[in-house]
Amino acid sequence: MNALERHRRLRAIWASEPGMRGWLSTVNHNDLGRMFLLTAFVFFGIGGLLAMLIRAQLATPHSAFAGPQIYNQIFTMHGTIMMFLFAIPCFEGLAIYLLPKILGTRDLAFPRLTAYGYWCYVFGGVMLLVAMLLGIAPDAGWFIYPPLSGAIHSPGINTDFWLIGITFVEISAIAAAVEITVSVLKYRAPGMALDKMPIFAWYALITALMILTGFPPLILGSVLLELERAFGLPFFQAELGGDSLLWQHLFWLFGHPEVYIIFLPAAGVISTVLPVMCRTTLLGYGWIVAAAVGLAFLSFGLWVHHMFTTGIPHMGLAFFSAASTLVAVPTAVQIFAWIGTMWKGRPELHLPMLHILGFFCTFVIGGLTGVMVAVVPFDWQAHDTAFITAHLHYVLFGGFVFPILAGVYYWLPHVTGQRRVFRLGEVAFALVFLGFHVTFLAMHWVGLMGQRRRIPTYAPEDGWTAINLISSVGSFVLAIGLAMILIDVVLHVLIAARGKRNPWRAGTLEWAMMTPPPAYTFASLPQVDSRTPLADDPHLAVRLARGEGYLATPREGARETLCVDIASGRPDMHVVYPANTRLPVTMSALTGVFFLSLLVKFYWTVPLALAGVAILACKWVWGNGRREDPEPVQVREGITLANAATARRSPGWWGTLFLLSADATFFGALLFGFAFLWTVAPGWPPPEWFAGAMVMAGIGGFGALIGPAAMRQAIRANRRGDTALPGIGLALVGALAVAAACAAVMVQTPAPMGHAYGATLLVLGGYGLFHAGLGALMAGFLAARVLRGFTSRVRQAEFSIVSLWIDYLSVIGLLVLLAAYLPGLLS
Amino acid sequence: MLAGGALIFALVMVLLLLSFTRRAPAGGEARQLRVWVIGLGLVFPLAVLGALLAYGLVIGERLLAREEPEVIRVSAEARRWTWRFTYEDAPGRRTEGVLHIPAGRPVDVAITTADVIHSFWVPRLAGKLDAIPGHVNTLRIEADRPGTYRGLSAEFSGAGYGGFTFLVSAHDAAGWAAFVEDTER
Repeated sequence: MNALERHRRLRAIWASEPGMRGWLSTVNHNDLGRMFLLTAFVFFGIGGLLAMLIRAQLATPHSAFAGPQIYNQIFTMHGTIMMFLFAIPCFEGLAIYLLPKILGTRDLAFPRLTAYGYWCYVFGGVMLLVAMLLGIAPDAGWFIYPPLSGAIHSPGINTDFWLIGITFVEISAIAAAVEITVSVLKYRAPGMALDKMPIFAWYALITALMILTGFPPLILGSVLLELERAFGLPFFQAELGGDSLLWQHLFWLFGHPEVYIIFLPAAGVISTVLPVMCRTTLLGYGWIVAAAVGLAFLSFGLWVHHMFTTGIPHMGLAFFSAASTLVAVPTAVQIFAWIGTMWKGRPELHLPMLHILGFFCTFVIGGLTGVMVAVVPFDWQAHDTAFITAHLHYVLFGGFVFPILAGVYYWLPHVTGQRRVFRLGEVAFALVFLGFHVTFLAMHWVGLMGQRRRIPTYAPEDGWTAINLISSVGSFVLAIGLAMILIDVVLHVLIAARGKRNPWRAGTLEWAMMTPPPAYTFASLPQVDSRTPLADDPHLAVRLARGEGYLATPREGARETLCVDIASGRPDMHVVYPANTRLPVTMSALTGVFFLSLLVKFYWTVPLALAGVAILACKWVWGNGRREDPEPVQVREGITLANAATARRSPGWWGTLFLLSADATFFGALLFGFAFLWTVAPGWPPPEWFAGAMVMAGIGGFGALIGPAAMRQAIRANRRGDTALPGIGLALVGALAVAAACAAVMVQTPAPMGHAYGATLLVLGGYGLFHAGLGALMAGFLAARVLRGFTSRVRQAEFSIVSLWIDYLSVIGLLVLLAAYLPGLLS
Repeated sequence: MLAGGALIFALVMVLLLLSFTRRAPAGGEARQLRVWVIGLGLVFPLAVLGALLAYGLVIGERLLAREEPEVIRVSAEARRWTWRFTYEDAPGRRTEGVLHIPAGRPVDVAITTADVIHSFWVPRLAGKLDAIPGHVNTLRIEADRPGTYRGLSAEFSGAGYGGFTFLVSAHDAAGWAAFVEDTER
């Protein structure tokens, strides 16, 4: 088979459907990565327009441009869109597009999940846009502190749009994070050990793990606040045993890691692009990985620095101030390693390099002002002034937008296969750089003069007129610069000037293919022995196209790739991906019906939508299996691999593990909330403790303990060749027992609308009930699979996945029962 | 802090510029690692931050409200969009929008709220402290000389937030005595 014939056959296997149908049914990372990025940049444009409106409003004193009602919506939506609908999805899109290529494989771990996440993002984002067009957008600031955002002070639907829309969008963040984690760990080119991984993959992995632990507290907070708004469960009302500070803790427990979730991918882009621009390799690869890991850990320990003015005890202030300054150390390690890389090589001033220089200049200033506000006495003055607004824009624009623009110009030739013709980008960079610094340097200044953030207007006597005008003029220069970049990119796409393959002479694998990249990426998968395989072998692309790699022979119309051992990169499984399907878009539409029903309080469609999602989820998983044992596949001369369905730790098992780690963080945040209310909130202890029937606790405890044992018995029986049905049946009974006990907690909890204690128990019980229902559904599903012959002694992957869920159910079931029964027993 | 920040920024910019002019890398990779990563990346920020942190903690300690016999106690309750002040020395006296204090004496302001979160901030007298439902936060302020000081509510609180300000009127000893007297009459 020659290269052209291989290309034709692979293309037939991997191609998306033509036209609009292809958009809806594609599950390929090439398509979805580009769709993600395009959508994210559309939202960037919308957020930018809102920023222009803000600057127009503040340009002159006593501005009559927008009244406070509209102005509050504008700045709330600006922050919300930039954080949730631009920055995070932009990272997701970049990672989805790039990771399989840079790791030397053909797609991400769970292609349909990629599509599901994308559509959740689009539908959730559109919900927020609709709210904005109707003039009922969220208006309580992007961190919507209760009680301002509670039902009493914000009775309209505005805040519900935020809570429900953002939670919907977060599904895509969690989905992408699971996807990225498993892909980086398991889906790499043979031979790519962890220490030979391109640095971008390390950053993506760390960011994804941070999303899995950072986002659940926000999702929990949103759920609790929406429950309070819709059903009067008083989690944040001080007079009923709640505490508005709980929201601030949950929000910033997410919100601070979020800053690094945004910065780390950008740092990954710099670590990838900068050495190529300097014709050298990265200085201190191991140090940079260690610094990024350190940053990730530290970032979870300093959320309180957003709350220095809330009356935190003095020792707490000292601790969080120290942690906040300490976080500058791993950042400094990265910055100086990059500058050292520039000294090591010979920097060339291409357009991506200009944006990296823009990053250095801007981000270092943002970091230094960040250290300033980490010093508590200074923060007491600067907090909630324009100084903070300026600081965070230096960090986020400097630490994210400049690197991403560098990345856009660096990888654009890869996406289009073309080259730039006009030199518009250089002028645009100059305008963006100049405009940005004029806008936000001025904002620092006016902040120190006492201008609060979020005020709709000010008086001439305040003496801020000239500075604000300068700032506004700067912002319009910035906007013109960004518009020119847009024009430059559009011209690049439209003008078909054929580019060279690997125009930057990079050493990473994404350039070892034709551009624009084919849907299957590599005609055959490379063997990797260094961090820069393409630099070692400049003809790698041609050799791979000729089939001198793994999986060179397309088989049975299947989309194939292989998995590797996590540490060593030794190939260990053969994987067949699902093909084009509209299941993801349908399922996310149904998920949207669920959220929309909650939003408009149309509760009778909620269970219908949930049932629909459950049915589609079963269909989703059902379609994966086969009824005969798969033959081992020869992936290369002398190397034969077993199919993933025969593995105890299949990709699905890994995905479940990381999804459960996010779930566990959610549960942990819920327990934290319980403990926090108990110890800090006024109005405790509650008037009445939970006093449920002990027999229900016994039933639940029994179910929680029997489940894992039963599943293990089922696995052993299956491996022996006996029937696994009795074990699965017992696990099902166990899950139902936990469900009954949790339902009893929900029913018997004292006055959930009268005190936050009862409300918290209601949510704990609901959490347990949901997982027990999920466990029962899975056990039932597995039993059906066994009955229909989809499992065998060899095909055992599904057993270990269900077992993992049952184990998790067991742990949280016991904890829920303990949290419910113990306080009542002790008092 | 500003000067230190400017110096560090200048250092980074100079190092960036020099990378374009230098040609021969100095020493092997191990030596470069020592200079860049360990020297500039680890030791340098640790030293600077350690000093800064110690300074911040000392200053913070000095700002703490301590028990003193001379302390005047007042209460500030925020609601959308006005502040109400009451006085321990003048029971029953309530002022709205203007806080009266004696100059030259430490004043403890007990800050609470009747509705949403607000923040009590008189930039020339002290940093800001939030008014949080269900909690009482105490801020120590002191005006060196008599006069009127502008105060702001510095936590976003909805539609009337822009104009949500107040005044602090610091009296000399006679003026304060008159203010306290006024209520007892």
